[in-house]
Amino acid sequence: MGKVVPLGGNYAVAYAVKACDVDVMTAYPISPQTTIVERLSEFVANGELDAEFLHVESEHTALSVAIGAAAVGARAYSATCSQGLALMNELLYIMSAMRLPMVLTIVNRALSAPINIWNDHSDFMSVQDAGWVMMMSASNQEAYDEVIIGYRIAEDPRVLLPVITSMDGYIQSHVVEPVEVESDEDVLSFAPKRRTWYVLDPDKPVAMGSVGDPNYYYEFKRQQWEAMKEARQVFDEVVVDFAKKFGRRYSAIETYMLDDAEVAIVGMGSFMGTIKAYVDRARKEGIKVGALRVKLYRPFPADDVAKALSNVKLVGVMDRALVPGSPTGGHLHSDVIAAIKQRGLDVRTIGFIAGLGGRLLTMDNVKQMVSALIKYKDARELPKEPIFIGVRE
Amino acid sequence: MSALPGWRQLPIGAVNLVPGSSVSYKTGEWRTLRPEIDQEKCIRCRTCWMYCPEGSIIEVDEPYKTKAGREYKVTYKIDYDHCKGCGICANECPVKAISMVEEVI
Amino acid sequence: MSTLTSRFEIRWHGRGGQGIVTAANLTATAAIKAGFYAQSIPTFGTERRGAPVIAYNRIDRQVIYERSPIVEPDAVVVADPHLLANPKPLVAGLKSNGYLIINTTKSVEEIRSIIGRSDVKIGVINATKLAMDVLKAPIVNTAVVGAMLAATKILPVEYAFEAVKDMFPERLVQPNIQLIKQAYELVKVE
Repeated sequence: MGKVVPLGGNYAVAYAVKACDVDVMTAYPISPQTTIVERLSEFVANGELDAEFLHVESEHTALSVAIGAAAVGARAYSATCSQGLALMNELLYIMSAMRLPMVLTIVNRALSAPINIWNDHSDFMSVQDAGWVMMMSASNQEAYDEVIIGYRIAEDPRVLLPVITSMDGYIQSHVVEPVEVESDEDVLSFAPKRRTWYVLDPDKPVAMGSVGDPNYYYEFKRQQWEAMKEARQVFDEVVVDFAKKFGRRYSAIETYMLDDAEVAIVGMGSFMGTIKAYVDRARKEGIKVGALRVKLYRPFPADDVAKALSNVKLVGVMDRALVPGSPTGGHLHSDVIAAIKQRGLDVRTIGFIAGLGGRLLTMDNVKQMVSALIKYKDARELPKEPIFIGVRE
Repeated sequence: MSALPGWRQLPIGAVNLVPGSSVSYKTGEWRTLRPEIDQEKCIRCRTCWMYCPEGSIIEVDEPYKTKAGREYKVTYKIDYDHCKGCGICANECPVKAISMVEEVI
Repeated sequence: MSTLTSRFEIRWHGRGGQGIVTAANLTATAAIKAGFYAQSIPTFGTERRGAPVIAYNRIDRQVIYERSPIVEPDAVVVADPHLLANPKPLVAGLKSNGYLIINTTKSVEEIRSIIGRSDVKIGVINATKLAMDVLKAPIVNTAVVGAMLAATKILPVEYAFEAVKDMFPERLVQPNIQLIKQAYELVKVE
């Protein structure tokens, strides 16, 4: 049993990183992530954590340093968001393709312009192609647990990919709620430090970062596809182990009242809590609505999502990032459609865009989504564009 | 050409398990002009050794005595297996001791 | 034990630097110590010293899933008497039979006539004077927490003392516990 402590999401994550006995941390401050690395630098300064904390001049360098650290066998950590994540972009692809493990926490924040420090999923969603395992939490407890689970997945010899954990900026990062903090010993016994990957070691020299010409490059990409398939399997194993050890059970998707649901809302992150609370209300009024939260985003749990939605008449997928010009307008909506159609299911979907740039999602907004779902439930034609929830006309 | 390994056979992450193996790749045949060092003119300043982008100038522990009687403890030679004939050494040599001559095969 | 039987939501009004976020954190910490589930929710973007600041608490016996804004609080706590110049936002959404606890030198009757609400309980406390006496500084956050706990009775005040011990540096623990106690005893609620 851990100790229940009132913690903001950022501090919760810092405690998890400390318990994982990370060797090298490197970051550039950016709101709302700053207090994660601020607390970590305190841990290092006061001797609670024996690690290198490297102050760098940009996020680009932060991830470069993490790549170097992982390449010599260190357990590496960084945190960022928004423009910082955008600046890391080229290194994200390099790290995953070099198959070096680490955990990077994204404290989800909108991308400029206009300048906006508040929460949406634009940053997280923008790196979906970078070859990282990606999870999004919905509570501070889950944000804490994701770091511990993340190192287990990243360093699993079948996977060896870097892992992104995430939480919603401010809504989780700065909101204090109870978090069960486990002992450092328990965390390390769950996620022991094992050098399962190729490292730069003078006694067993290897070369990293070489050219992959047209005769070779493709084979390494093929390997990455396989690693992600393994990651899907390993995720399921690790969360079962985690539940045995700590009693908290996670899965790639979280379903709520879906069994007999006619309509359902699919989404990610902390707003799904508000949607669950609305489902409770609507159910009392006899509305058969359910909810599905995607926790594991890459590898996308397509089988689980399709199966869970197979009996739902109409699914509304809520994206908290807008992709102007894409067929659906939202990354998650496109993924959900692909999962459904690849499995030959006749489940129809509409898309919602909500909560951009920190626009809070109210119960009324959820009601609007459910009303739209009921309106289109039996309609022959569905909207081809996303429905924009909570925007001023 | 022998069959290249499939994706299952290759080490992950494009890691090269035989570091330094690029020496087996002989780039010397790329040359059109080859550098030749006039040991009489060479003052052993090491400038060519520093500038060579391929590490193809070799410092050898081989004494040399010029006709004028000057004695050196080392001699500079060229690794023709890897020298691509770029001519940087000849360009940088402060005493013009290196000349680029046509490669005759 | 506490009288809290259902969800209880608090909205805090103050100015940057008065410690409103700390007051909300202190309340959440005390509630968690008392065995409840609680959220402390700051708002962002106007953290400049002196700017009006709002923070919230949600407290429940069950796990709280909601992340939506609190629009109908059960209690409103006002740390800065000057905010009364514009009373509308202070009582916006405040539930009937809810509580308005305010740092002021005015009487309950005067406050009631300013806010124009006969359906809420009003608690008045001169928290600025208490803070000046004890801390020699106008930092009223712990005092208004004490006043709020006395008015609403959502938790035994002892849990707030425990929260202070966790959250404050050693030298500030006893003065702040004293402040909470004094405000708890002195607040007038009608």
